[in-house]
Amino acid sequence: MIINGVGGQGLITLLKIISEAALIEGKDVRTSELHGLSQRGGSVEVYIRFGKKIWSPLVEKGKAGLILSLEMQESINGLYFSSKDTVFLINKYQTPTFLKDFSEKEVLDNIKKLSQKAYLVPAGEICQKEFGTDVVAGIYLLGYAVFKGFMPLKSASLLSAIKNIVPEKFLELNEKAFNLAGK
Amino acid sequence: MGNEAIVRGALEAGVAFVSTYPGTPSSEIGNIFYRISKEAGVYFEFSTNEKVALEAGIGASFSNLKTLVAMKSFGLNVALDSLLPLAYAGTKGPMVIIVADDPNCWSSAQSEENSRAFAYLSHVPILEPSDPQECKDFTKLGFKISENFKIPVIIRTTTRVAHQSSLVTFENILKPENKGEFIRDKKRFVTMPPQVLEMKEELLEKIEKIKEFSEKSEINSEDSSKKSKIGIITSGISYLYVMEALKELGLELPVLKLGFFYPLPEEKIKVFIKSLKKILVVEELEPYLENEVERLAKKSNCKLEVIGKKLLSQTGEMKPEFVSSAIARVSGKKVQISDFYAGTEGKFLIPKMKHLARFCPGCPYWSVFTTVKKVAPESTVFGGDIGCYMLGSVSPHNLYDYLFSMGSSIGIAHGVNKSTKSKVIAFIGDSTFFHAGIPALINTVFNKSNPLIIVLDNQTTAMTGHQLNPGMGENGIKIEDIVSACGIKNLKIIDPVDVKELEDGIKEFLPKEEVSVIISRHLCALLAKKQQG
Repeated sequence: MIINGVGGQGLITLLKIISEAALIEGKDVRTSELHGLSQRGGSVEVYIRFGKKIWSPLVEKGKAGLILSLEMQESINGLYFSSKDTVFLINKYQTPTFLKDFSEKEVLDNIKKLSQKAYLVPAGEICQKEFGTDVVAGIYLLGYAVFKGFMPLKSASLLSAIKNIVPEKFLELNEKAFNLAGK
Repeated sequence: MGNEAIVRGALEAGVAFVSTYPGTPSSEIGNIFYRISKEAGVYFEFSTNEKVALEAGIGASFSNLKTLVAMKSFGLNVALDSLLPLAYAGTKGPMVIIVADDPNCWSSAQSEENSRAFAYLSHVPILEPSDPQECKDFTKLGFKISENFKIPVIIRTTTRVAHQSSLVTFENILKPENKGEFIRDKKRFVTMPPQVLEMKEELLEKIEKIKEFSEKSEINSEDSSKKSKIGIITSGISYLYVMEALKELGLELPVLKLGFFYPLPEEKIKVFIKSLKKILVVEELEPYLENEVERLAKKSNCKLEVIGKKLLSQTGEMKPEFVSSAIARVSGKKVQISDFYAGTEGKFLIPKMKHLARFCPGCPYWSVFTTVKKVAPESTVFGGDIGCYMLGSVSPHNLYDYLFSMGSSIGIAHGVNKSTKSKVIAFIGDSTFFHAGIPALINTVFNKSNPLIIVLDNQTTAMTGHQLNPGMGENGIKIEDIVSACGIKNLKIIDPVDVKELEDGIKEFLPKEEVSVIISRHLCALLAKKQQG
């Protein structure tokens, strides 16, 4: 699977949680991430692959199972890695590109040319309403992916992983956000 | 992560002295040592630049300490001047040098450097790990080779290795021996003619011996059990893509994976290719291995068809789909392309979508760039340098007229200034100023040019993750003291929040006959946020 978004949205934390959960389930895991200048608000994508035996840390073109986009327009960049079977889970949140921007309709039109399994979820809005902050939007989407069965991992493993990765003082908030998606 | 595994490998080998200058994708190595060095009993420093870091390491090695020096690709260019004589002199305490290349230039401005080429120039052994486990194992092996053969060893990683995560098996950490002793050995540590030529002979003999070691080494592993006339030779990250592709395509081909890039196990390669008809060489960037295989094939199998860059690009990083399609083509196997598959071969074109990286909210550089654009005349030439402020070259600023390597904004400004009547404004960050800006600044005074230099002092090495630099802390070296010591009279220190002050400074200094410096000082907004918790 691929998580994309813009630098600073907490992609690396999500990557760590998912890999940890896959390890808890005894799966082989490889991931790839990027650091440096690309982090400064620019497009970022990270790759997570797990299964019985994994060689490549990068997802091959056309072979992603799930594209989790923390920024709506970034889901377009997931198309390269996708086929008609790929699930797109998209955060309804948009930040300007300073180049050509895409509207919600344009984004969805493009995704639907390839995959009918596109889900646009206002995760930030939901978390803002429920918790007064949207910093856990990514965790909410993670919960959404698991409870809807878009990701072959158990919710219990992810909750254990969240416990192992997230600092104590934010733990409760993260657990709540994760579980909220299952309600 | 690969970088974490390198740290672990060094600790398991008993490293005692670590120096580095941060650069993506190598930075985490220094960050981790900075955090743990005290507890681990290891000496650690962020050096002023990579050459100084290497030299610090050489001093430690000459004093018999186990030493690790880490840098990104371009760092080795800076350190090269001392690497070559080190290869001649050899090490005393074992030394491993980590060099992290960045194919695809994910976080590199100046070139898509393939540092493997330094092996030919320096005769320093280079090992190429594929994943975090190998990062750890090869680092340890590097120390062993260095200890046995008295030569520094380079571990060359790439972004997809250094920033790849997977499971790594730990072994025990070896307590570092950190009491060094410098025992005079002029025959080894002084490279002067005629001695230096004898040293070169010794070095070449050493390499022959290491080649014998490489021939037997397990890190050059072959799987020749597969009975096919088509084989694959690969190294580094490409190995993982090869194995993935073979699995996906359901093919069984013999694979030779090379952990040593230099010296190559030539006999092993010759035996591997002897009975093959075709060989596919899968390597990232320039075809160094392919050329070697071509050369070796002339000796052992002159009918062998060597295929590499004919199918795989020299530019950009290797990707799994490139490898699977190359293997499919060479083996004549049809690849199953999904019916609905985006991209050029698929049903439709994917539109171009990209968020440009930009200055963080609250970044002190925002006001500098807007003000400079407003105040400086159209004809001004703008020079950029390496750091977060490289973003001044993209929208909405689109400012720089040139941008090269560390410290070059000032060096090039001088040349433009001397060759034309153009006024040049050169930008340089605080860490970059210390790294390589000072000699260029002195040159502007000594050889009399008059650029306006704006030092963007955000009091940290921000881009690579807020590492220490010489200007930081209470006892930090003051950039203004260095500027004044060069005899530069046109000097102002401003806070870019005060736009008026900056505007006035630029207006006052631009017409000056001599070089002038504005130090724009304001703490990095990200660091400020971090410090507040």
